[in-house]
Order: sequence, then C-alpha cells, then structure tokens
Amino acid sequence: MNRTALRFALYLSIIALGIAAPFIVPGIRTQLSFLWIMIVFALTWDILGGQMGYNSFGNVLFFGVGMYACVLIQQHSGLSYFPALFVGIAAGGLVAVAFAALLGWGILGLRGHYFAIGTLGLGIAAAEFASGWDLIGAGSGLVTPLYPGAVGGRETFFYFPCFILAIVTFLSLRRLYRGRFRLAINAIRDDEDKAEAMGLHTTLYKTVAWCIAAFFLGLAGPLVGNLIGFIDPRDVAFASSSYGVWMLLMAILGGKGTLWGPVIGAVVFHITQELFWTYLLGWQRVALGLLVMLIVIFFPTGIVGWVRERWPERFGQRVDEQAQRTADQ
Amino acid sequence: MIMLETQNVRKTFGGIIANHDISLQVDEGSIVGLIGPNGSGKTTLFNSIVGQYPIDRGSIRFRGNEISRMRVPTIARLGLLRTFQQTRIYGGMTCVENMQASVQQSQHSWRRMLSDVRPEHTEKAENLLQFVGLYSKRHLFAGDLSFGQQKLLEFAMALMSEPKMLLLDEPTAGINPTLINGLVDRLQRVNAEMGITLLVIEHNMNVIMNLAQRLYCLAHGELLASGTPEQIRNNQNVIDAYLGAH
Repeated sequence: MNRTALRFALYLSIIALGIAAPFIVPGIRTQLSFLWIMIVFALTWDILGGQMGYNSFGNVLFFGVGMYACVLIQQHSGLSYFPALFVGIAAGGLVAVAFAALLGWGILGLRGHYFAIGTLGLGIAAAEFASGWDLIGAGSGLVTPLYPGAVGGRETFFYFPCFILAIVTFLSLRRLYRGRFRLAINAIRDDEDKAEAMGLHTTLYKTVAWCIAAFFLGLAGPLVGNLIGFIDPRDVAFASSSYGVWMLLMAILGGKGTLWGPVIGAVVFHITQELFWTYLLGWQRVALGLLVMLIVIFFPTGIVGWVRERWPERFGQRVDEQAQRTADQ
Repeated sequence: MIMLETQNVRKTFGGIIANHDISLQVDEGSIVGLIGPNGSGKTTLFNSIVGQYPIDRGSIRFRGNEISRMRVPTIARLGLLRTFQQTRIYGGMTCVENMQASVQQSQHSWRRMLSDVRPEHTEKAENLLQFVGLYSKRHLFAGDLSFGQQKLLEFAMALMSEPKMLLLDEPTAGINPTLINGLVDRLQRVNAEMGITLLVIEHNMNVIMNLAQRLYCLAHGELLASGTPEQIRNNQNVIDAYLGAH
C-alpha cells in the first residue's frame, strides 16, 4: 500500500472509531468527549507555541469567553434549546476571535519570554473579572439550560460536536500548514527580525494565527460548558492551572511544531491522566507532576520530535545524493 | 536615475555620533562599495537606511521616495533589502522552505496568505539554490548548514524576493577563498543580468576594488572620501585611516 492509501485508511479508521466509540463504551463517553477537546486544546496551542514560537499561557481565556458567550445566549435569547445552543456556539467562536484580535494588537508586540509573561495573567485576570461580575453569575457561576432529551442523552448528544470539532480543527490546520501560512509563521518562529527585514506582514500573520486558535477554542468552550452543565469561572471557564497548563504540556509531550505531535500528546496525556485518577487516587497530582518532569527531561522535543531526530530522512531532511555527485564532478 | 540617496544622515547613540552627516548616492544599476575600519558606522548606516534605526536628522530617499520614517517591512516591500553581517536564516526550516518563505510580499491579499506554495515559486527557489551552489542541500535544515553556506542561502533568499536594490553586509566574510571568486562572479551576474543595484560593505579590498564602480569610505562616523576604486586607493586620508601603507 502506498502512503496516500495508508493515510486515507488511517483517517477512515479514526473517524469510524470516533463515531462508534460512544456506543461501544458508553460508560466513558464523557471522558472520550474530553479526549477530543484535549486534542483541540493541544492543536490550537501549537499554532502559536509550536509553529510560531510564541508560548502563550493565556489561550484558556478564549475557551472561557466562548463558554460564557454561549451560555448567556442560551439563557437570555428566548430561543428554544437547540437553536439557542447553535447560535450560542457560533457566537462563542466569534467573540473569542474578537478578543484575540483586540488582545493580539497589544500583546503580540511582545516577544519571547515577555509574551509568555504577558499572557500568563490573561486567564487569571479573566477568572477574577468573571467571578466579580454579577451579570454572568459572579463567583457562583452559571448553570446551563437543561437538556430537553432523555436522561443520559446529553452525554451522547454532546459527544458528537466534540468529536466533529476535533476533526475539523485537525483538517483545517492540516490545510493551513500545507501552504504559505506555515512558512510565514515558521519564519517568525525562527527569526522574526529577519522575517520583517524580508518584508513579511508579521503583525498580520501573528494576529491571524492567534485568531484561528481563539476561534476553535471559542467553539470548544460552549461544548465543555454544556457537557459539564455548570460554569465556574475559576475551575471550568478560565481554568488556568488545569486546562491552561495542560494545553502546552500536551503539545510539548507530543512534539510541538508538528501536526500530529499535539494529537498524540493529547491522547497519551489524557489516557495517563485518567489512569492516574483511577489507580493512584490521592497521588494523581504527584504522578502528573512526575510525568511532566520526565517529559521535559527525556523528551524535550516531544514524541514526534524524538522520532524525527532518529529518522530525519523519513521527514524529508536529506542531502540530494545525485545532485551532490553532479556538483562534485 | 538615482536609486538611493542619503543626505546629511545623522545617527547618535547617547553621546556617540555613529553617523555624522553622511551623504551618499547610488545610481540605478551600479555596484557601490562602502568601506572603513571596524566601528566606523557602516552597519549603522545600513540599519538606518532599511528603517531599523530611526535617524536623528537628514533624509533618505529610495527611488525618489522619502523612506526615513518608514518601518522595516514597508521599506523591504518597496524592493530595498539587506543581508546581515551575522547571517540570519530560518534555522528550523529546510533551505527550500527558507526560499519559499522569501517570496516577494508586495502584493498582499487574504487569499494569497492562506494559499498553497505556487509550483513556479518552488522551481524558482530551486534554480536560485542551484545558482548559489546549494541545490544538493535543499532538503536540509538551514540551521545545519555551515556559516558560509548560510551566507549563500541568505543571499539566495534576498534574490528570491526580487529586490530592486540589495545592501550586502560583508558578503565574503567567513567564506573560503575558492568560493569567494565564485561569489564575486555571482554578484556581478546578479547586477548585470537581474538588474539589481548593489551597495556592499566589504573588508576584502581585492574583492571590493574589482567589484565596485564607486566607493565610499567611512571613518569615525564621518565620510572620509568617495570616488572610483583608483582614487580611493591613492587617497592619503584613506591610506592613513584604513588601508595602511603597503
């Protein structure tokens, strides 16, 4: 089988498994929904963190903003459940993009460590802000509208949008990374001054990249909010110390700056995390901390990065032997 | 036609005057050299021209347009590019990708931003890599190349974006002697065949005397002399400050 057919078969089996999973193992459909969301987290973090070299600690902001936007629409629009949900999800994505565009205009001027520090406060500030604002429930949070279907139907219903979101995010980024967009943001990662000196529209590329990440996160927020059924500003919407940190851990574990790295990282991370919860209860945070340390020490370039270092020629890094011989003669 | 003209450009860093009222002129299609001892302000002048440093006084005109208040990417898109003394390439990308990322950016649109790399650009990238002698290394990470090879790659990247004028900061530094001859030949071909005007900072006197039609010599931030290579070679001020007696 050639590579294209192999890849096609891989995609098909992932999609088939994804559709069948909630019916095969209904007991863990919520965890499976979260698996897809984790993949979205890692993939979107990697747009800036991996491909563009801008380590953001604040991406969780877009997730939370989208979540709040959706639930507010669900509660106040007066539409019935499903139309309100649909409009809410779309609004979540758009509001997140608006936030990214506005913030990016100010923060993306910072570089390297300064950008990382600058974004560190975003999620925390948003959580503080949200827990003090009565209109959005302040510290006591918001409850999402009751799912109108059968009991237990909600988990199955929300599984599919999560699954579809992950697939769409992956395919969109795959398309995006194939063309000039990736070249430009990779150039910014490697040497932003050089990119500017070559006339690249660096500010525009950076802002658009952040908006793309924000869009998918803004769609993920509403899904998670409705899946959990309750929005807490600190622990669900703007969960900097869990989702916010996991985003980059998963991308780094899998191999940042690659397409498949974040996906693999998210799967490995989510599964180990669930296992820690199940078998090491009480020690799960310690185990997670150890895992993080082991990742950084032994796989600094991530799983895919490690594979690429071992077999660079499989990734297209090679000397053209024939051209070399011609040149030597 | 005058390609680039600076008039009384002054740049200070605190109390240090790095460029003291420098006026020079580069005609379209010519090759002009900029020489002078280390610390005489050559690279500072380059940085001022391309918009990296805001100048304190004076005027810089590129093809008749005042560019002294423009930002770096804007000036680059007008077709005035520079290469760096310490080479700057995109280390984590392959040579071909480095080239593809350097496609001219002057016509921008959203569709182009999100589009695929065009096949003719790939072809052009490979032709230019062939031109500088890096074709066989085209699928290697640029960061794994030697310093000299990176220098050649940076030169090729500049050509990729089809500039009207190139400012080259010590193009032969760190390149082995046999390659230097090839490089000089390539610079001349770039000038003659592609019609790119060149302003070159160079310490290798053999190279610059053969290459340039006109030379400017800086010392201590001031313009010491200008003229043909012959005139510069025999200028007593230049000999005292820079060339030394042979």
